[in-house]
Parts: sequence; C-alpha cells; structure tokens
Amino acid sequence: MEELLNILNELHPDVDFTTQENLIDDMILDSLDIVSLISEISEVFDVTITAKDIVPDNFNSAKALYELIQRLEDEG
Amino acid sequence: MLFTSYEFFGFVVVLFLAYYLLPKQCQWPLLLAASYLFYAAAGPQFLPYLLATTAATYLAGRGVGRNLARQSAYLKEHKAELSKEEKKAYKDRQKRIRLRWVAFCLLVDLGILVVVKYTGFLLSNVSGALSLLGWTGELSFVSLALPLGISFYTFQAVGYLIDVYRGTVPAEENPFKLALFLSFFPQLIQGPISRFGDLSKTLYGPHPFDRHTLALGLQRVLWGYFKKMVLADRVIVAVTTLIGEPGTYAGAWVPVGMLLYTFQLYADFTGGIDITIGLAQALGIHVEENFNRPYFSKSLKEYWRRWHISMCSWFRDYLFYPLSVSKAMQRFTKFSRGRFGEHVGRRLPVYVSTFTVWLATGIWHGASWNFIVWGLLNWAIMMVSEELEPLYERFHSRFSWSNGRGWQAVQVLRTFGLVCVLNYFDCFSSLGTILGLFASLFTASNWSILWDGSLLELGLTGLDYGILAVGAAVLLGVSLVQRSGSVRAKVGALPYPARFVVWYGLFLVVLLMGAYGIGYDASQFIYNQF
Repeated sequence: MEELLNILNELHPDVDFTTQENLIDDMILDSLDIVSLISEISEVFDVTITAKDIVPDNFNSAKALYELIQRLEDEG
Repeated sequence: MLFTSYEFFGFVVVLFLAYYLLPKQCQWPLLLAASYLFYAAAGPQFLPYLLATTAATYLAGRGVGRNLARQSAYLKEHKAELSKEEKKAYKDRQKRIRLRWVAFCLLVDLGILVVVKYTGFLLSNVSGALSLLGWTGELSFVSLALPLGISFYTFQAVGYLIDVYRGTVPAEENPFKLALFLSFFPQLIQGPISRFGDLSKTLYGPHPFDRHTLALGLQRVLWGYFKKMVLADRVIVAVTTLIGEPGTYAGAWVPVGMLLYTFQLYADFTGGIDITIGLAQALGIHVEENFNRPYFSKSLKEYWRRWHISMCSWFRDYLFYPLSVSKAMQRFTKFSRGRFGEHVGRRLPVYVSTFTVWLATGIWHGASWNFIVWGLLNWAIMMVSEELEPLYERFHSRFSWSNGRGWQAVQVLRTFGLVCVLNYFDCFSSLGTILGLFASLFTASNWSILWDGSLLELGLTGLDYGILAVGAAVLLGVSLVQRSGSVRAKVGALPYPARFVVWYGLFLVVLLMGAYGIGYDASQFIYNQF
C-alpha cells in the first residue's frame, strides 16, 4: 500500500489519498492520470491492468486500487 | 421522417396510443416495429446496412457470450485437477476464440461504415497522391448514399460487443431485443450512443401508463422543439448565407459566423437530444444525458467532458484506454523512458494515444480534411494546456484573485471563444477557405458591418435577431438554474397557474415563432449527417 500511495502522491501531491473515496466521481483523477498511474503500477507491481479493469469502482480510492492490484497478483 | 415533420407528429401520436393501450408485453415489439418503420421512412435502401450490422453483432455477441459461459463452467468443473499453468493455457485458447468473434464483428460493422462513409475520401486522396507522382488517371468507387445515423448505431453495436467480450454485460439472447437496442428510433439517427448496460434496464419494459412520467417527457420534448424550431432553424438562414459565400463574408463577418454557427449547433444538437430523451422518458425509458452545460467549461478538456458525453466516453472506454494500456504501448513507454528520460518518456505514450483518439474523433465527424484538422487542433490545444499545467498552478498560487469568480468567468469566455473558432471548421470542407477566412480577420476593414445594418442582409430581420437574443438569454438562464437541480422539477413545484403559463407559453412560442409552415423546408439536424 505504501508503494501505491507514493505513486499516487507523486501524481497529485495536493490530494490526501488515504481519505479520498471518490477519485473518479469527483474528477480528481482524469483519463490521462489513470493511464500514467497504470503505467507506474505495471512497472512497480508487475501486474497487467487491462481496459476491462478501468471502471470507477477500481479507481475511486487508493484502497480499491490496491485491492485490484492484489486480485491481479493472485490471478498471476 | 424528421423530428420536425408533421408525419413524425402523427407517427408519435399513433405509437403512444398503441404503446399504452396494447398489452404490456407488446410494448417492446411495437417499439421495434415503429423504429424500423421510422428508419425505412428515411429510405428503405438504408435498411440492409442496419440489418447486416445487427445480425453480425448479434452472432458475435452470442458467440462470445457462449464461450464465456463454457469457459466458466469448464473451469468450475475442473477446478481441482487443473494446474495454474493449465488454467492459463485453457483461458488463452478460449480468449483467442472470442477474439475471432470480435474481429468478425468489427470487420462487418466497421467495414460497412468505412465503405459507405470513407471510401470516396480515401480514393480521392490516393488519386491526389498518385497524381503528384505523374499518374493521370482517377480512382473511383460507386457512390453510396450515407445511411442516416450509421456512425451512431455502428458505435453502439461495437460498444455492446466489447462490453460482452469484457464480461460487463451478458450477451443478448433475443435477436429482436438486440435489434431494438440498435434501432430505438428516438436515438437512432443522432444518438446519444447508449450503452447496452444502461439502456437495456428500461428499454424492454413493461411500462404502465404514468401521467407524471408522460408529462415530464413531453415537457422535455417541448423544450427541445423550442431550441430546434425557434432558435436553430431561425439562425440557420444567416449561417447558410455566411457559409455559402465565404468570399463575400470574410473579415469582420468571420466572428459573426463563428458565433451564429456555434449558437445553431448548440440549439440544434442539444434540442435534438432533448427531444430524444423526452420521447424516451414519455415511453418510460431512460436514456443517459449527453450534455452537461458545456459552455460553462473553464477549459477545452472540461468542455469535452460536458459536450456530446456519450461519444467522448465511447472513445475513452473503447479506444483510448485499450490503446494506452496495451502491451505495445507499455513497451513503447519503457522504450521512450530509456530514450527520452523520465518526464518525456512518461508523457509520450499518452500523447500518442490521445493523438489517435482525436484523429479518430475527427474522422468520425466526417470524411474530409477539415474534420481531421479540427480533431487534431483539439488534441494540440489540450496537450499544450496539459504541458502548461505547472505554469497555471504557479500562476494561481501566486495571484489569489485568479481563484475568484471573475477569473473563472474569463476562463469560461476564453473556452467559449476557442470552441467557436474550432466549430467553424465544421462549415467548410476546404481547408484553404477556412485558413483564408481566419487570415482575413487580421486585415479586416469592414468592422462597420456590426452596427451599420449589414447584419440584416443575412436573411434575418430585426425581430429574428430579437427572438434569438431573448432565446439565448433564456438558454443561459435555464443553464444557470440547472446548476441547482432539474428545471422541470422546479417548475413542477410552482402553483398550477404558474406552471400553466410556463408550459403553455412555451407551447405557444413554438407554435407561433417556430420556423415552419407553407414554404418552410424543415432542416435536418446537423448531427444526422454523422
């Protein structure tokens, strides 16, 4: 989780990602942010996030995103 | 059959009577029959295209859906005996089968679109390129009439299939239900580009008669007709004059043309979508919104989140994301990071993806260079703005007044001006003409046309301009009120006499000031041609 928060904070230093739960719905993260984020996550966690996974439920909070990463890690 | 024709009015009255009088299980088949009748009225020769797209999409959807079900059952049954590698190998094999179905569907659906909409454009450009090499012949292709709404229903079909492929919606088992999803008449020829997961929730009913829902729907329809018939079809007279003679209407006429065309486009397209959403609502069906007060946007990026939302989200979900997170793009990201450093390397792939999306968006709007340049200009402006973001942030933190309402108003006006300029690219298929018109602004000496009565030469009277000005003020006022919720709900909360005045007043305005009657040639909606 720490690594994920570092990636998110680098993208938007002004946002408190530990409390935010509407990153997509409140338009804090836009489509360009999401693509940058996926690129970083793929690099750091060695998982493949596909277009199918890009839904608000998976990106609305750091927690949801971390759960997605864990799910993808489990699927191998 | 235009939304603004008498035939359409008769068609809707008969449909509504039958829809609510017949047994509820007849409602969606009736809508399907009505939708095909509506489309056939536009030209029976267009029906085979719609049928072919529907058939291919249905078959591919079923193929993908059955494969997914088979895969799920097989993995469940053999859960204990398969190793992780075996499961992966099995899934990969099944995925290849599904991809073949997707490829088949894309080939048919997009193939039809490309052949009827883009072949002439492609061949003329190839001919032009060959002529530079000294070739004197000319490539030609049988000229096909463009089926109404083909870009809309094709995108809706492709979106459905990709959703089935991703497993986000189940494949529709009933071919007639899928046919209705692709042909639902209120949205067939100008969108919105609905998602199966959204529209199918209410499309197939049953819908008992509800006076309140019917009234709300018809109020929205009336508002749409006000925008279309009173405003868009009034200003079109001046816009047609300005566009028709670019040699005459240069210099100071250019901002006049940009402003009037932008006004027409807004009233025409949002009015058409109001009619679409209102008709659907009156039938008990929910169609997603396509606009969110776009001219209040503070940047072009924000504007494209609020204008033609269904098209933008389609490109985002079905082109931008798949392209951006593809393995090829991930490899390109790694390569560009190594080659150009962290900052550029991180952004370059995003810019390549967005470039592709805006190129496709331009081409989607029309088979000519002006639309392609329009798309790429949108891209260029947004990317420059993205690069300047740190500068804007420093500016806002240094000057606190730049966070106030005054500066926000400047941003809104700046974005509106930018959109007006970009919109003018729609009007001229010749790039030379557009560039010539913009260049003429810098040498213009005819600014007196703005106050010497020349504006009355465009085919509009002083009364027409008055109606347009009041109409623009009403649109602005309604948009401002919308910020705090539904205007119809607010009107509905008023005492009965006030409600009566609002809705019957609007009805009278459409009746008395709408552009129709003997000699009036109801104009097509601008987005019908896409």
